[in-house]
Amino acid sequence: MKLLEYQGKELFKDYGIKVPNSYLAKNIEEAKKGAEKIGFPFVLKSQLTVGGRGKAGAILKCKNEKELEEKFEELINKEVKGEKPKSILLEEMADIKREFYLSFFLNRTKRCYSIIASSQGGIEIESVDNKIIIDLPDVNEISSELAADVADKMNLTTNEKNTFIDLIQKLSKLIYEKEAELAEINPLAMLDGGKFVALDAKVIIDDNALFRHDDLKKYEELSELESQANNNGFSFVELDGDMAIIGNGAGLVMSTLDMVSDAGGKAGAFLDFGGRATTESIYQALKVISKVNKIRAILVNLFGGIVRTDLVAQAILNAYNDGTIKVPVFARITGAESEKARELLNNSKARLFNTVEEAINAAVQY
Amino acid sequence: MSIKFDLLDILIGNENDKDYKNKPIIIQGITGSFGSTHTKLMKGYGTNIVAGVTPGKGGHSFEDIPVFNTVAESVKDNSVEISGIFVPAPFFLNAAKEAIDNGIKLLVAIPEHVPIIDSIKVLEYAKKRGAKMIGPNTPGVIVPEIMKVGIMPAKPFTKGSTVVFSRSGTLMYEVSYTLSNAGYGQRFCLGIGGDPINGTNLIEAFELIKERDDVESIVVVGEIGGDAEENLAEYIISTNFSKPVVAYVAGRAAPKEKKMGHAGAIVYGNYGSAESKVSNYSKANVPVAKSPSEVPELLKSKLKK
Repeated sequence: MKLLEYQGKELFKDYGIKVPNSYLAKNIEEAKKGAEKIGFPFVLKSQLTVGGRGKAGAILKCKNEKELEEKFEELINKEVKGEKPKSILLEEMADIKREFYLSFFLNRTKRCYSIIASSQGGIEIESVDNKIIIDLPDVNEISSELAADVADKMNLTTNEKNTFIDLIQKLSKLIYEKEAELAEINPLAMLDGGKFVALDAKVIIDDNALFRHDDLKKYEELSELESQANNNGFSFVELDGDMAIIGNGAGLVMSTLDMVSDAGGKAGAFLDFGGRATTESIYQALKVISKVNKIRAILVNLFGGIVRTDLVAQAILNAYNDGTIKVPVFARITGAESEKARELLNNSKARLFNTVEEAINAAVQY
Repeated sequence: MSIKFDLLDILIGNENDKDYKNKPIIIQGITGSFGSTHTKLMKGYGTNIVAGVTPGKGGHSFEDIPVFNTVAESVKDNSVEISGIFVPAPFFLNAAKEAIDNGIKLLVAIPEHVPIIDSIKVLEYAKKRGAKMIGPNTPGVIVPEIMKVGIMPAKPFTKGSTVVFSRSGTLMYEVSYTLSNAGYGQRFCLGIGGDPINGTNLIEAFELIKERDDVESIVVVGEIGGDAEENLAEYIISTNFSKPVVAYVAGRAAPKEKKMGHAGAIVYGNYGSAESKVSNYSKANVPVAKSPSEVPELLKSKLKK
């Protein structure tokens, strides 16, 4: 779960990491209230999970009330990479002396957490040469010695260094206690007087750990479809096209997506209902899909062996019979009882195929 | 210090062993719906399951397999080195530690949705005590026609001399099935797991077979997310890896920054993208199939060379 900037900053504050004064506004009335509190000029920041907000023009300076009205309106309606904000953060401008970069992240390759720090902040860390990366020895708050090693490389005075060490330790505490995959401050600004302030916050929480973090569940923003899928134990992703792809296994559904795309089709939904396919779970999967209006065909790719194909066929039949689905189903089903499955679906809008290639071709040409 | 880890030796042993192809195994979470279903299937396949563990269910038996409250009790009559862990994800950390504390050397970690920090903690714990983990979020491991620890169906797999390493469960079945149909049986097939953290990663999997004469070729089934394929390509180049390797990468058409079912299947920018993986594979001279059904042809032409 990727937190929005303001949510990440709420966590930062909880851990004693300083952030600029700000005000979250969902509409222009709230924004005007916020403007009174913060005072012009300030920055308007669209609250989006996608990266590259600055480049996309989703962060704007705001000098007066007239600008506020125009720019707030612009930002709240502006879609960036397919995402539309629900709120805009008004944030005071900082008097920046220097900019740094600091993050803790889950290092998949090394199978540990690592810290990255750089005395060059504000730009994408991938493009910075001058940075240090240290792998952390265990899943505990970073030691002050290790934090000092990092701070030593930042070209700081003794006082500044101590503040920086303290900041590193606070952020490491956050990442382990909240089970984040990433906690990034970029830029981390040093103000006059050596105070460090997090100007941005990028925090990704491990979804699999959410069950023990009730305090973070409030940040989970699932669409109705996503939560319905979640409740059934499915993985569901809505996409741009018009074909729904259902299967038993994430890799298999991804692979089907690729083949559909190669065949000139466009997937509109990805649904993995996991290893345990029953008549009920497949019926529920079709029910989720039926709520995605743009879908005009459903492609089912099941690898048999564990799944009984007649149970799958029964689920599809049930979904037709009670009107849950109306669009045609193209199903690749092999395995036990496939003759029986065919018979069941003989008079329906579902067609069964032996290979996924055949099913895809039929679905794409439909 | 790293101890030489021989997976097949642990799973089936040597011809001189008394329990050759009959190594004792315990199942943690044996009475759960998933655990019980697959215990039955594993046993039917020839896996020698000597005991099961479910706290609170000690004294019962399932399919003639005694069930115990603790791992300690379950291993006291046998020298067991393998545990198939089927407990729900929130209980995985403690179950895994308990297994390691009681002499288990190989954990086959089936559960999906294990918190990342728990996986890292288990790995640290295992490393200090000389144990290894496959998974979590893995279908497990199968030595076709001999034994399996995991949830894979039996049908796709036939014995032979290729190996399949896969980050995805169903695709491991799918690809192995196409290989079997084309006459390429498997020495063993190993599910790496769909999580960001894997107990046995692709490079370690390659280390398992690089010196094995009974393994002729390798098929790697990957997917978007992370840099396991990129690292593997580098490994193949830097070690002059000599056995033929063919790959498949799922997720070319997936959008960025969306978790595609698996916790580990997510692309950030170029990091974890299919293009990055395919281009690194091509540097390592590893052909990448466009679809699972193309894998046998690619393997065939690779073996001819």
